[in-house]
Amino acid sequence: MIVLWGSNAREAHPIFFHHVLKAIRSGAKLYVVDPRRTSSAEWADRWLGLDVGTDIALSNTVAREIIHAGLANRTFIENATSGYAEYAASVEPWTLDRGAAVTGVPADAIRALAHDYARADRAQMCWTLGITEHHNAVDNVLCLINLALLCGHVGRWGCGLTPLRGQNNVQGGGDMGAIPNKLPGFQDIEEDAGARARFEAAWGVPIIPEYGWHLTQMFAAMERGELNTLYVIGENPAQSEADGRHARHLLEGLDFLVVQDIFRTKTAEMADVVFPASAAWCESEGTVTNSERRVQRVRKALDAPGGARDDLDILSDLALRLGHDWGRPTAEQVWDELRSLSPMHAGMSYARLEALGGIAWPCYDESDPGATFLHGRLWETDETTRGPRAPLSAVGDEGPRDLLSNEYPLRLTTGRRLDSFNTGVQTGAFASPMRNGETLDLSPEDGARFNVAAGETVRIVSRRGCIEAPVRYDAGLRPGLAFMTMHFPDDVDVNDLTIDATDPKSGTAEFKATAIRIERLVERSQ
Amino acid sequence: MDLHFTDAIADEGERAAIDGILGPPDSGWGGGKRDAQSSRQSVGGQAARGRRHLLLPALHAVQAHAGWISPGALNYLCARLTVPPAEAYGVASFYALFSTTPQPPTVVHLCDDIACKTRGADALCARLEAEFGPAGSSRTDAPTTWKRSPCLGLCDKAPAAFVQRAGPGREDFSAAPVSAEQVLATLRAPVELDLETSASDAAAERDRRPAEMDVVDEAHRPDQPARQPGISAARPAAPNASSTRSPSHPLTLSLHHCGAEPASLDEYRARGGYQALRAALEMGAPAIIRELADAKLTGRGGAAFPTSVKWKAVAEAPARPHYVVCNADESEPGTFKDRVLMERDPFAVIESFTIAGIACGAEQGYLYIRGEYPEATRQLDQAIAQARMRGLLGSDIMGRGVEFDIEIRRGGGAYICGEETALLESIEGKRGEPRNKPPFPAQEGLFGKPTAVNNVETLVNVLPILARGGPEYAATGTAQSTGTRLFCVSGCVEQPGVYEVPYGLSLRELLRLAGGVTASNALQAVLLGGAAGAFVRPDELDIPLTLEGARAAGATLGSGVVMVFDDTVDIQAVVVRIAAFFRDESCGQCVPCRVGTVRQEEALRRLVAGSAHPEQEIALLGELDQVMRDASICGLGQTASTAILSAIHRLGLFQGGAR
Repeated sequence: MIVLWGSNAREAHPIFFHHVLKAIRSGAKLYVVDPRRTSSAEWADRWLGLDVGTDIALSNTVAREIIHAGLANRTFIENATSGYAEYAASVEPWTLDRGAAVTGVPADAIRALAHDYARADRAQMCWTLGITEHHNAVDNVLCLINLALLCGHVGRWGCGLTPLRGQNNVQGGGDMGAIPNKLPGFQDIEEDAGARARFEAAWGVPIIPEYGWHLTQMFAAMERGELNTLYVIGENPAQSEADGRHARHLLEGLDFLVVQDIFRTKTAEMADVVFPASAAWCESEGTVTNSERRVQRVRKALDAPGGARDDLDILSDLALRLGHDWGRPTAEQVWDELRSLSPMHAGMSYARLEALGGIAWPCYDESDPGATFLHGRLWETDETTRGPRAPLSAVGDEGPRDLLSNEYPLRLTTGRRLDSFNTGVQTGAFASPMRNGETLDLSPEDGARFNVAAGETVRIVSRRGCIEAPVRYDAGLRPGLAFMTMHFPDDVDVNDLTIDATDPKSGTAEFKATAIRIERLVERSQ
Repeated sequence: MDLHFTDAIADEGERAAIDGILGPPDSGWGGGKRDAQSSRQSVGGQAARGRRHLLLPALHAVQAHAGWISPGALNYLCARLTVPPAEAYGVASFYALFSTTPQPPTVVHLCDDIACKTRGADALCARLEAEFGPAGSSRTDAPTTWKRSPCLGLCDKAPAAFVQRAGPGREDFSAAPVSAEQVLATLRAPVELDLETSASDAAAERDRRPAEMDVVDEAHRPDQPARQPGISAARPAAPNASSTRSPSHPLTLSLHHCGAEPASLDEYRARGGYQALRAALEMGAPAIIRELADAKLTGRGGAAFPTSVKWKAVAEAPARPHYVVCNADESEPGTFKDRVLMERDPFAVIESFTIAGIACGAEQGYLYIRGEYPEATRQLDQAIAQARMRGLLGSDIMGRGVEFDIEIRRGGGAYICGEETALLESIEGKRGEPRNKPPFPAQEGLFGKPTAVNNVETLVNVLPILARGGPEYAATGTAQSTGTRLFCVSGCVEQPGVYEVPYGLSLRELLRLAGGVTASNALQAVLLGGAAGAFVRPDELDIPLTLEGARAAGATLGSGVVMVFDDTVDIQAVVVRIAAFFRDESCGQCVPCRVGTVRQEEALRRLVAGSAHPEQEIALLGELDQVMRDASICGLGQTASTAILSAIHRLGLFQGGAR
């Protein structure tokens, strides 16, 4: 059984979804939890159309039903988890009726999800930004982890919790230390003194034992005037941030902005210095790490055009100008250094990556085949090898911050379409017969309610801004729910509407829940 | 893979036709009404796709309603089944009886295949072309059109027509023989044709009918005053006990019921029907299979595989459920025996199929019948309904707690679906493309489960085996070919029809039974085994009609086709028609057959036109044969050259022999 919760993998993760389809063909059940009936949901055995931002309420209701139906995995809970009593008490009020009232999903559908998930021999819980682009993103993730722990659907082959990554190498970016609190290989900067010492010895410089800022904190620091220089590699924050006008205002206020990218993005246009980079997938050597933690080789096929240079060259030259001569390391040399410092990558030589067609971490030495799943230790019978318990977390339900009102009666959520990617930097350059530009997608019922025709351009107003876009009818939407993408910020900057209410734990903004109203530009003559 | 719908919307009638097969939609997502419930959840997935096998029945319903499969109807059907419309279009366009473009509600399919060729089909088609217009030509708003058709299985009454009719209450029907006047009258003045033949006509027919068991139509013969212009339906003969003249051989098959009223269960039982089923219920599966083994029963569809081995494999397969499938997709040119059995003795088919279900441990049987057999379908439909009502099918057969039921699936006009794995694909709602084997159907057949697929004639032979015991059945025929065999004698003979004879009779004796060559003309050749069989010369008539005898003579009995060509027949044209048939009916899945059948026809046409290098063309045909034989997935490609090469090498065609 596969649960896609807050994920339209068919469009946002098409390659992954091919694997889902293979599983479906061999008999797997698919559940899709999403406010919209997406093209993924069309493949589902059941689709649950919850209200935006009621994921925790739904999860808690599912959990209570699993517990009350006697379907919780008691042995696993007792052996391998902590906090069960508190968790069970926290979900106790979430009867099917209450869950149905809060989420809008019929009780029998919630019950079906609970029973099918709990009874499944193997079950995957997959999610994407529908879970994480909320002001309570971490709580949303925790509530899904709770369900997996409740049923013992972790640490076994074919089971698990799978956050689907938005790009081929998002996982690799985090693995390599491009996050503010970890050294490469997820070694904690503050807590892991041994790791710090290894890196200090290898690099000959002290490692400051403090967490850095994540993106949202950086913008907060800009606002406070504490951050005045920014080096942006492969990002387009001028268009990808929530409450976009405010974000651009902050970027403009910087003393110095450096952008390294393969395209001249909106952010690059604001920069003091631009480093044209080579395209990682065909103009440089290296590795990528996909959602299943599989490290794969990337090989150079073409020389980069014009003055565009490999990221590694740019960084090495920059280091030299800053007084550190790193020489001209090849991608493999850099990788071998990583292997010497990150134990979970230690066994992944280029030769082995090549021979095995990629290896999933952890891979501790050159005899290690890698791991097809994590957390298998939780099933060990011996308590010492089982290790620390996995915590069940009581999480409360909090709806979206941007409340609906008479003035803003429609719930706008955002997402992706198959043939465009994020702000369109990489996909806007080629044509697609399926791309129709930005539209405000409405249910046919709302089209009638607000007296707007398909194709008619309307003004869309939120508490933060207003934009104009043509209306498109989508039968996958229910009355009261509207949808837009963020693919065409040059034409229609949807993030002028979105709220920058962010999750204090992850720093992610609530792109998924905006309250809007529609204003007609021209009164239609009767 | 994805469900990309166009904007086309099904109309009320199309929806009703589809809902008639699938039931009403349960939510807004299946094309039903959008309401608050359906905006919050949808149910589909495996459950909806699990009904994929209803795709063909639903396509038939739409075709019968509207005369074509409109994009809107396809959208609605696909939304209901969650099948991508592109894929469903691929299915609809695979079958000849479905049209994905608008066409008139009445389509006359006129057979121009080899048997009808010997009886004036070419002249008939030529007249239609001259007086009505080329095949398929018609304004879409016209009420009628006509098409050329491969063999319609009415060879004994050639030339034959199959009339496909759309609209409420308008059923398809077959007619044979037909005259140009009748067809033209139908095309020009389509009136609601009276499907019932008046009693007096039937009586008149009876008097002059050749006293064979062949099914005779009630079409108007030239020497009879037509009651109305146009074609009327072929109907099975009225009861006429005296007409079952036995060809002076011991009949082991239950064809002796044929004189009876085929629609009457009581009469069937009065003549000893359903005693074999009662015996089977007493015996149990292993004993039934043992009797078949003792009887040495082999498949009558053409491959002659031992039936007991097949049934045993299915009965003992651990995977569940098991299925049995009756292959009634009789489409080999020149074959019509199964049609006769189904039209004249439907209960024998049902009874023996039920026994197959019991022996193989199956609770569901699918009878896949040729789409061009409307009368046989009607007979079986009503027979199954009666059998259900009397507890001879259903959850408690004969009160013994045994469960078995039969569902009829109508083919869509595709020769390839007679291949057993293509047939299974077709039942599953897909294009009829044969599967690679192994696994064989007995291991992984219908819906991936163990399945026994048997031809109609094979099944019916089970009845005498259980009635008299395997050893006694095996006493008829030869040591290797036991029992009797149905031969479909057609072409230039005095009395074409189905002849049941014991294995071992010579071809010469069979032709004598059929009254010899028409008008005492000189015999030129006999096509034995069908389009995938072989031509034999007049000096080879002493071939014994047994499996081993035919094999020794380098021929095959195939599906029992014995098609006679006298010296007035243009064998070159026959051979080209056979090549065109295979080119048309190749499913296109594998390259050797898809390309090979085209190249073969091209080479033959060059030869007919007077190729400068006939020996090169013949060598090319030999190579094509080798490639198709070696590399085709299924029997169609593997045998697509057999008859053609036999004409060249045995008859000396294109080398000074035959003409």
